[in-house]
Amino acid sequence: MNNYKLWYKVAVILAAIIVALFIGSVIIIAVGGNVVTTYWIILSMPFKNLRSICEVLTRMIPLMIIALGICVSSRCGINNIGAEGQMYMGVVASCAVAFATAGMPRMVAIPLCILAGAVAGGLYGFVPGFLKAKLEVSELLSTVMLNYVATQFYLFCIRVPLLDPQEKTGTPMSARLPDSASLHKFFRGASLHQGIILALALAVLVYILLFKTTWGYKMRAAGASSRAARYGGINVSKYLIIAMIISGACAGMAGSVELMGVQGRAMSGITSGYGFSGIVVALFGGLHPILVIPAAFCFGILLYSQVNLQILTAVPPNLVQTLQGAIILIIVSVQMVINNPYTEDRFRRRFFARAKREAR
Amino acid sequence: MIAAIIVNTLTLTVRFAVALLIASLGEMYNQKAGIFNLGCEGIMSMGAFLGMLIPFAIGGAGEVPGYVNIMGLVAGTACGALMGLLFGIVVITFRAPQGIAGIGMQMFGVGLAGTFFRSYIGGSQSITGINATAIPVISKIPVIGEILFTHNAVVYFAYLMIPVCYYVMFKSPWGLHVRAVGTHPRAADSLGINVNRVRYESLVVGGAMAGFAGAFLTLCQAKMFTAGIIGGRGFIAVALVYFGQWHPIKIFLGALLFTFAQSLQTQIQIFVPQFQYYEFLTMLPYILVIVVLAFNRKSNRFGPAALGRPFNREMRV
Repeated sequence: MNNYKLWYKVAVILAAIIVALFIGSVIIIAVGGNVVTTYWIILSMPFKNLRSICEVLTRMIPLMIIALGICVSSRCGINNIGAEGQMYMGVVASCAVAFATAGMPRMVAIPLCILAGAVAGGLYGFVPGFLKAKLEVSELLSTVMLNYVATQFYLFCIRVPLLDPQEKTGTPMSARLPDSASLHKFFRGASLHQGIILALALAVLVYILLFKTTWGYKMRAAGASSRAARYGGINVSKYLIIAMIISGACAGMAGSVELMGVQGRAMSGITSGYGFSGIVVALFGGLHPILVIPAAFCFGILLYSQVNLQILTAVPPNLVQTLQGAIILIIVSVQMVINNPYTEDRFRRRFFARAKREAR
Repeated sequence: MIAAIIVNTLTLTVRFAVALLIASLGEMYNQKAGIFNLGCEGIMSMGAFLGMLIPFAIGGAGEVPGYVNIMGLVAGTACGALMGLLFGIVVITFRAPQGIAGIGMQMFGVGLAGTFFRSYIGGSQSITGINATAIPVISKIPVIGEILFTHNAVVYFAYLMIPVCYYVMFKSPWGLHVRAVGTHPRAADSLGINVNRVRYESLVVGGAMAGFAGAFLTLCQAKMFTAGIIGGRGFIAVALVYFGQWHPIKIFLGALLFTFAQSLQTQIQIFVPQFQYYEFLTMLPYILVIVVLAFNRKSNRFGPAALGRPFNREMRV
């Protein structure tokens, strides 16, 4: 019987992958691209040389950090779709701290900057968490609204207080970060920076937090069934708020790492949609902090392919966003099919009835 | 100058509230049936794209006959209905969690519109769209004439939708079914109402209205398409339904208030360029929504009781 269950799951997942590829193919054909070439470019180009692998890994860093935060919040039963805004807040805070700590040794300045990002993101995550826990405001709405607020605040910051004094053209952007606050690259000419150490360390930390501590246990209990958890004496609203703070802090750190390792200065559009892609990564990794690592790698490949698609094919890079959306829709559907014992039972009966008939 | 700002702001409010209003009314049908459709933004995007594509494919940037623009509106509406159906498959048939599925729908719609836009239209092109026409005689009334009667026909049609939506929701049998399905699906089911079917229907209606709202944006408001043209209006539409306590008239007032804040901000940017802090004005409506949601907890009582819960006949209570 167990064997059957495994095959059932494999079959459902295979079907889902086929559906995803099919949707992608239909879109590629509709825009006049070549399906095989496009998929080949998406899958093979990242492994061409060290530089391209580094590009993928660089994109993986913020994706992973955000997804880890989303794992925590989703496990606790609160959907954080405000990672985009929390990331902006993290960027602003660490940018400001980076200039304030200019000239200090790197060992002091870098942790301070990342801490600032985490605190800013955490505070920004606290708001929807508090609103949800104490005032019953749907976090789906409040986080989305706060995204727009944060975007505007960020635009203001890079246009007025953080504006580069040497910038004469009027493009809103901050000055280049001082060297004391930039994360160094591992290889010359490749983009991979030290932020990946932070990302991997965070994955382990979040794993320990979620599965090896009382806090994590209580959070997961609150997420699995808030009423039962409350009955069991867990202060659900407290853990909701904590989960949102952690989630926001992760997104904020993703912002600081992206600022300090990749962009080097705060400019408009610095989050480049990582906040939403992080949700896909977390879902794809089954909301498990360790599985998020390979999931982030997969989506790093997908995001990197935006560059190649633009150069090498006629397929617009927006395809990647479409695919991400389709993948979310498919994952949530597939989870429901897999976890639904009734559907499985129905399939099993049909399957065995046919097997019996054929045996006769 | 103050008078000019006020008159301009109010005129723009009346015109620009339409997209939000229609999308919100559509979302109201979804939520009343118990479906939380956060994918409104994506659906609007596709509607906006089709609203642009059809006039552009037929007449380019030049003048096109009026029926082509109407075709754009219809195509946007139809596409919205299809997207609503797709969302229905995910959240009704597969019973997926609606919040996350909505985000997926949003990314899918915005991405798809962007993809098709890049390959079918290319760069920033503009269309003539549906232009505003002043109604003779009554548009000459000072102040009120300019504010109320200098718009195009689609605007008036959209405002006509408010009483229609009210009637359908609260006076027609179908509206009763929708409300029943969103309040107590099990009871509705025991009375022979096909819960999932009514939910599908409400999603198709809501999607169609979101698509229409999107097409309105390109055809009557921006006269062009960009990948970010919706700019969060879909999300605001969802919030407005809460804001308006699931009632068409209150949603209408909410849409007006929200658009007023936005129009005022654009007018201030134009007339008072030395004002440095306009980003804070832009934030204001969003903060307003959060504050109202936070301090109006009572409004949750007006909400459909089964909002966001998939219906499963086989599940034990």
